[in-house]
Amino acid sequence: MENFQYILPEIFLSISIMLFLLVGVFKKSSASLIYNLSNISLIILLALIINLSSLDKVYLFNNSYLIDNLSNYMKIILVGSGIFVMLTGSKYIQVINLNKIEYPILILSSILGMMIMISSNDLIVFYMGLELQSLALYVLASFNRDNLLSTESGLKYFVLSALSSGLLLYGCSLTYGFSESTNFDQILINSTEFNYGTTFGIVFILVGLAFKISAVPFHMWAPDVYQGSPTSVTLFFAILPKIAALSVFIKFLYTPFANMNDQWQTIIVFISIASMIFGAVAAIGQKNLKRLIAYSSISHMGYALAGLATVSNQGIQSSITYISIYLVMNLAFFSCLFMLRRNDKYYENIEDLSGLSKKHPILSFSLLIVLFSLAGIPPLAGFFAKFYVFLAVIEQSMYFLAIVGLLATVVAAFYYLRIIKIIYFDPEKEEYETSHNLGLKITLAISTIFILAYFIYPSGITEIVSKITMI
Amino acid sequence: MNFPILSSLILLPTIGALFILFTKSSSGKYQSSKYVALFISLANFLLSLYLWYVFDKNSVDFQFVENREWLSGFINYKVGIDGISILFIILTTFITPICIISVNATITNKLKDFLIAILIMETFMIGVFCSLDLVVFYLFFEAGLIPMFLIIGIWGGERRVYSAFKFFLYTLSGSVLMLVAIIAIYWITGTTDVEKLYELGIQVEYQNLLWLAFFSSFAVKTPMWPVHTWLPDAHVEAPTAGSVLLAAILLKMAGYGFIRFSLGLFPIASENFTMLVYVLSLIAIIYTSLVALMQEDMKKLIAYSSVAHMGFVTLGIFTMTQQGIEGSIFQMISHGLVSAALFLSVGVVYERHHTRLINKYGGLVSIMPRYAIVFMVFTLGALGLPGTTGFIGEFLILMGAFEKNILVAMIASLGVILGAAYMLWLFKRVVLGEMNNQELKSMNDLKTFEVITLSALVIPILFFGFYPEPLINSIEASVENTLNMYNFDLINNLASKD
Repeated sequence: MENFQYILPEIFLSISIMLFLLVGVFKKSSASLIYNLSNISLIILLALIINLSSLDKVYLFNNSYLIDNLSNYMKIILVGSGIFVMLTGSKYIQVINLNKIEYPILILSSILGMMIMISSNDLIVFYMGLELQSLALYVLASFNRDNLLSTESGLKYFVLSALSSGLLLYGCSLTYGFSESTNFDQILINSTEFNYGTTFGIVFILVGLAFKISAVPFHMWAPDVYQGSPTSVTLFFAILPKIAALSVFIKFLYTPFANMNDQWQTIIVFISIASMIFGAVAAIGQKNLKRLIAYSSISHMGYALAGLATVSNQGIQSSITYISIYLVMNLAFFSCLFMLRRNDKYYENIEDLSGLSKKHPILSFSLLIVLFSLAGIPPLAGFFAKFYVFLAVIEQSMYFLAIVGLLATVVAAFYYLRIIKIIYFDPEKEEYETSHNLGLKITLAISTIFILAYFIYPSGITEIVSKITMI
Repeated sequence: MNFPILSSLILLPTIGALFILFTKSSSGKYQSSKYVALFISLANFLLSLYLWYVFDKNSVDFQFVENREWLSGFINYKVGIDGISILFIILTTFITPICIISVNATITNKLKDFLIAILIMETFMIGVFCSLDLVVFYLFFEAGLIPMFLIIGIWGGERRVYSAFKFFLYTLSGSVLMLVAIIAIYWITGTTDVEKLYELGIQVEYQNLLWLAFFSSFAVKTPMWPVHTWLPDAHVEAPTAGSVLLAAILLKMAGYGFIRFSLGLFPIASENFTMLVYVLSLIAIIYTSLVALMQEDMKKLIAYSSVAHMGFVTLGIFTMTQQGIEGSIFQMISHGLVSAALFLSVGVVYERHHTRLINKYGGLVSIMPRYAIVFMVFTLGALGLPGTTGFIGEFLILMGAFEKNILVAMIASLGVILGAAYMLWLFKRVVLGEMNNQELKSMNDLKTFEVITLSALVIPILFFGFYPEPLINSIEASVENTLNMYNFDLINNLASKD
C-alpha cells in the first residue's frame, strides 16, 4: 500500500477528472468554473510531481510502473506546458463557442493518459495510457463539431490513429511472443539473441510511435488535423502528445530494445532524415499558418529523432533538450496566433500577417524572435536546441546525418523568412484587436524572453537533463 | 585585468539599443533616439581607442582575455584580442557612428528600429573580432544575419526582398558546414578554445575537410568568385548605412576568419589549397573588375570593386608571407574606409537626385565642388594611388605574391590597372564632363553632417596612406607570431608524417 504515495499525481488527476465531471453534470453552466478549476488542478499536479522529482528510480506494481529522472522531467514539462496551453486558449474557446465542460476534462484525461505512458514500464500499461490519451484527442480534434474541417480532422485522426494503434499492438504482441514477457526490463533480458520475431515487433512498434509524433512517412494526418482542429487544440497537439511520444520512444529504444540498436538505428536515421527534409520542403508552399506549423513540427521531430539515433546518453539528453525548447517556441508561436483576432474572428492565413509590424510592433517582434528561433539562427534558443543535437550526432561520427540536417535548416529558413518578410516588408492591412487576456500575454512574454535570453545561461536545462541517463 | 573591457565593448551597443527602445516614439521629431545612438556609438569608439592605447603592441599573446564558464562546463565564453583583432574592432566602432550620422532624410519610417538594428549589429560585429572560442565566434558570426536581413529588407530599395533572402540564404548555407566542422573539432580535440587549439594542433588527416568546411563559410562571406553574386544585389538594395556596414565590416569578418582560423588551425590544408585560393582570387580580381567596368549603376560598380578588392585580400593572406598578410589586413582596413566612403558619396547624390544610374549624372564639379574633391580622394583611394591607404595594402600584397609566385603576382597587377580604369571612368562620368541633365542644376553641395562624415573618412585614408606605421606596428608582432606558428606546425606535421 505504501507505494501509492509515488503515484499520488496520477491519483490526484483521476479524482479531479471524475469530480469535475460530476460538478459539470449537476451544476448548470459551469463551463468556465471547470476550466479554471482544471487549471488550478494542473498547477497542484505540477507541484505534486515536482515534490517527487528527487526520486531516482522507483519501480511500482510488479515493475510495471517506473518513476525515474526521465519520467519526472518529462511529466514536469508535460504538465507545465499543459498549464500554458490552458492559459492561452481560454479566451479563444469562449470566442468560438467551445466553452463546454467536456473540453477541460478531455484535456485532463489525455494528460493523465500521457503521464501513464511516460511512466509505463510494461507493454500493457503503456498501451492503456496510449489509448486513454488517443481517445481524448480524437474527440478534441473534432470538438468544433459544426465546422466541416474540424469534424474531418477528427475522423481522419481517428481512422489513421486507430490503424497505427493496431500496428503498435501487433508489434507489442510479437515482442511479447518472442521475448516471453510484457515487462520492459524482462524483455531486455530475454532478447539477447537475435530473432526475426522481435525485429518485426520493433518495426511495428516504431511505426506506431512514429505516427504519434508525426514523423515521415507517417505524417499524413498532421497537416489536416492541425488545420482542422480548433487552434487551442492544435497547440495541444503540437506539444503534449509529442512530449509523451518522444519519452516513450526513448523508453522503448533504450530499455527493451537496447540490445538491438543495430536493428533500429538505421530506421531512426531514415525517419529522421526523411522528416527533416520533407518537413522543410513541404512547408514552403503552405498558405495556412497552422498547416505550415504542422510541417515545421514534422521537421522538428526529425531533429529530435536525430538525437535518439546516436545510441548515446548525450544524444538522448540532446533530444530532450530539443523538445523542451521546441515546446517553448510553439507556445510563443501559438500565443501570437491567438492574438490575430478581429471582431471575434481569428485569422490564420499567412497573408493575414501582412504588414503586421506597422500597427503591432511588439507582437511582430515576438513573432520575429520565434521564427528566427524556429529556423535555428543564433543566438536564439532554437539554435542551441539544434546545436546540442548535432553535438551528439557528430560525436558518433554520423556526419551524413549532421550535414543533411543542417542543410535542411537552410531550406527551412526560407519559409520562416517568408513569414518574416510578410510581417515586416509587405503593405499593412487592417488592425487587429489589442485587448487580450492576461494568461495569453504572460505566456507570450515568458516564452519570448526565454527564447531571447536563453544564451545568457544556456546550461540551465542541460544540467537538469544531464541527470537522465539510459545507457 | 579586472574590468571586463571587451565585454563592455560588446555589450554597450546593445544596452544603447535597449535605451532607444524606451525613448519616445519616432513620429515627428525623432532626434532623441538618434542622439542616444550617436552618443553610445561614440562612447564605444572612445573605449576602443583607449583599448588601443593600453594594448601592448609588442606582445604576441592574446590580451584582455576573459574566460567564463558558459555552456554547461564544456564550452567557455572566451574573448580576447591581439594586434590583428584590435584594428578591426576600431574600424567597427569608427564606422558605426558614421553610419548613424549618415542616417537622415532617406530613412523616414521606423528610424528608431533602424538605429536599434545598427547598434545590435555593432555588438555582433565586435563579438566576431573578439571571440577566442569557435562556438562563440560562430554565434556572433551568424547572429549578424538577423539585423542585416532586416536592414536590407525593411529599409531597402525596390528589389529588397529578393536581395535580403539571397543574402540570408547564401550566407547561412555556407555557414552550416562551418558549424559541422566546429563540432567535429570539438570531438577530435576536446576543445573549441582557439588558444588551446593553437597549441594542440589538429591531426593532419582531418585538416583538409575541416578547412573546406570553414572555407565554404568564409568564401561566401568574403565573397569570393563564384559565390559573390549575393553581394551586388545586397549592396544595391540596402540603404546607404546598410551598404556601408556590409562593405566596411561584414566582409572583413571572413578575411579575419581566414587569418585567425584557416591559417592558424589548418596549416597543412592551407598549404594544400593555396593554389585553389590563388585561382579563385585571380578570377575575382580580373573578372569582377571587368564586370565593374560595364556597370551602369554606381552602387553595383562599387560592389563589384569590393569583390575585386577582397580578391586581393584573400590572395595576400594565402601567400603566407609577412608582407602578404600585413598587406591583406591593411587592405581590409583601407577597403573598409574607402568603400564606406564611396557608398556614402553615392548616398549623397542619390538623396538629391534619386537615381544611381551613372549616365544620369555628369559635370557635378561645377555645382558641387566640395563633393567633387572628397569623391576624388575616395576614387584615388580605391584605385590605390600612392599616398592613400589603398596603395599600401595592394603594394604589400603584390610584394608577398611576387615572393611566392611571379605569374600570380603579374596577373594580379593587371587588376590594379583595371581598378584604376573603372574608378577613374566612374569619376569622369559622374563628376567631370558636360552637364547634360538640366535637373542636376538644382542639386546643392554637401551639408554639414555630410562634410563631417566624409571628412572623417578622408582623414584616416590620407593619414595612414602617408604614415602607415601605427597600423603596421600594431599588427606586426601578431602576424609574425601567426606565421611562426604556421611554419612550425607545417614542419612539425611534415616531420611526423615521414
